[in-house]
Amino acid sequence: MTALDVRPPRTEDAPRPRRARPKPARARFSRRERIWAVGMTVVLVPLALAWVYPFVWTLTSSVKSNQEIFGSVNPFTSVLRIGNYAAAWEQAEIGRYFLNTVFVTGFSILIAVTTSALMGYVLGRYRFVGKKVIIGVFALVVFLPEGYTIIPIYDLIERIGLSGSLWGVTLAEAGGVSIISVLLFAGFFGQLPKELEESARVDGAGFLRIFATVYLPLAKPVTATAVILQFMHSWNDFLLPLVLTLTRPDLRTLSVGIYALRDEYFSDWGVMTAASTLALLPIIVLFLFLQRYFVESIAGAVKG
Amino acid sequence: MSATTPALQRRVQTRVGGWYERSTTRWCYLFLLPALVLTAMFSFYPMVMSWVYSTMDWSGFSDDMSFVGLANYAELVRDRFFWDSFGRSAVFVLVGTPVRVGLALLLAIVLNRQVLRLSVAFRTMFFLPVMASASIIGVVMTFVLSPSNGPVNAVLAGSGVVDAPVGFLSDPDLALWTALVVHGWKNFGTTMIYWLAALQTVPEEYYEAARLDGAGAWALMRHITLPILVPFAVIIIVLTAKENLHAFAIVQAMTQGGPYFRSEVIEIYIFRTAFAPDGGALPRLGYASAAGCFFGTATLLLALAQFWAVRRMGGRGRTGTPAVDAGAPAGAPR
Repeated sequence: MTALDVRPPRTEDAPRPRRARPKPARARFSRRERIWAVGMTVVLVPLALAWVYPFVWTLTSSVKSNQEIFGSVNPFTSVLRIGNYAAAWEQAEIGRYFLNTVFVTGFSILIAVTTSALMGYVLGRYRFVGKKVIIGVFALVVFLPEGYTIIPIYDLIERIGLSGSLWGVTLAEAGGVSIISVLLFAGFFGQLPKELEESARVDGAGFLRIFATVYLPLAKPVTATAVILQFMHSWNDFLLPLVLTLTRPDLRTLSVGIYALRDEYFSDWGVMTAASTLALLPIIVLFLFLQRYFVESIAGAVKG
Repeated sequence: MSATTPALQRRVQTRVGGWYERSTTRWCYLFLLPALVLTAMFSFYPMVMSWVYSTMDWSGFSDDMSFVGLANYAELVRDRFFWDSFGRSAVFVLVGTPVRVGLALLLAIVLNRQVLRLSVAFRTMFFLPVMASASIIGVVMTFVLSPSNGPVNAVLAGSGVVDAPVGFLSDPDLALWTALVVHGWKNFGTTMIYWLAALQTVPEEYYEAARLDGAGAWALMRHITLPILVPFAVIIIVLTAKENLHAFAIVQAMTQGGPYFRSEVIEIYIFRTAFAPDGGALPRLGYASAAGCFFGTATLLLALAQFWAVRRMGGRGRTGTPAVDAGAPAGAPR
């Protein structure tokens, strides 16, 4: 946890304590360091603004007419033209794609997080025959060459008769159970005290009840990380929904739908940027509120 | 009485305990079942089948699949389009990885300094593109970089840097590099977060001790920070290289491999062969599978070689190899 802690001590999620501490930063740094910091800030502010400029451009273009967008660098506008959103939602069918994406993301989170919590729980807490074999088999998934798995998945979804429904995409998105989440759950459940289980057992609770009412409620932080990992994966994934909806345009998710619309609406940048904003905004807003979990779930990959 | 109690107790314990153990084992398997079923369906089966398909001639839409042995592979090694796209992916890895890893390290070192008040805001901003869907980024960037009416060209023309608008995506000599830069920009934040996580492992006391000994900023970097970062560098390079091989969404959304296949990276080539053949040709799922398997194996060997080389070079006891290196980057296939 400490190794992963990418946050600087308490500045971003607890601003109040910082202010409460009597002049913390000032005294700690030398004059030279503070001059360096000011110089760096002067360099980084324009760089960071340029870095996010495409997002600012997209957001502001979505409330402009094409004439206002074309050839203009200035993100500001005097009139908000919300008509682009109405056009995107209705005519360009972004509404449908949006709901599809919500469905796929929601249910694939439910499936993937549940399965990895269950698996992590028994791997972290119990010893049983065949445990080593199972761990070995899962390690294989990581180390074997992938090939082009999308073709067999496409074929499989067809065969089990799910190619005509959103469940096909949903299952496939939840499918390659995230090994990171399983490891997170296993590590977390493994370090919880055994006494919790023993006392619950004395009270007559069975295996399932102990998991559901004693241990799972304690795992909220890990669950949040697992949910976010899957959220990022399902909301943004492209190749899988693209292939699975090749013949079913009505099942497209946002990232496929907007890609598919780009020819039809090639010259209507207002509608396209409105559509893109609708697709980007949910995950970006979520990220801004839950940064800690996002960053943690990504940094997990280099955990030594 | 007192003689029989322990024996009785033990008997009760073994019976109850045994029952409990057995029931627990059963629950354990029950808990594993969903994950095993999903993994079997969506990881193992596809992995095995992509090798099986690679020995087939198969257009996908009908059930006429015929076994052709290694013919697909034999054809593949002579396929100029395959090797060209392979080379472009190699450019992505060989150029994109060192540049990104290096720049991200520089930025992470700067942002890790607590004296920098706005550090958190900067991190958020540099990380933002990672959150976005790659295909939507690709679509938006075709507008931003458009030679007609795009803001980037408006700036370039307005400031007099160029005379004519630059066709970032329509110029055959530029398209691949544009895609490489956009892909690097989009995923830069991931590499930066990796480095920041690595930097957090450097104990603050080391710096304090060294400062007391009169070490300057460069000495701190050279003798404390960098040696601690070396084992992480291996993982970060491998993860970044892997990500550079998976540029499908961005390239597909921006150029679809064009113009004239000049930005066709390997994943685009495979996708085109399997699902979107040009000129109304039949899709070749078997051939595409062979390309995928060939490419997958090459990637794996590359990663192993990288690990091996760095391990030998470093020769350190603790290399900080992670238990798992897969999964985390958003959008990477799992």
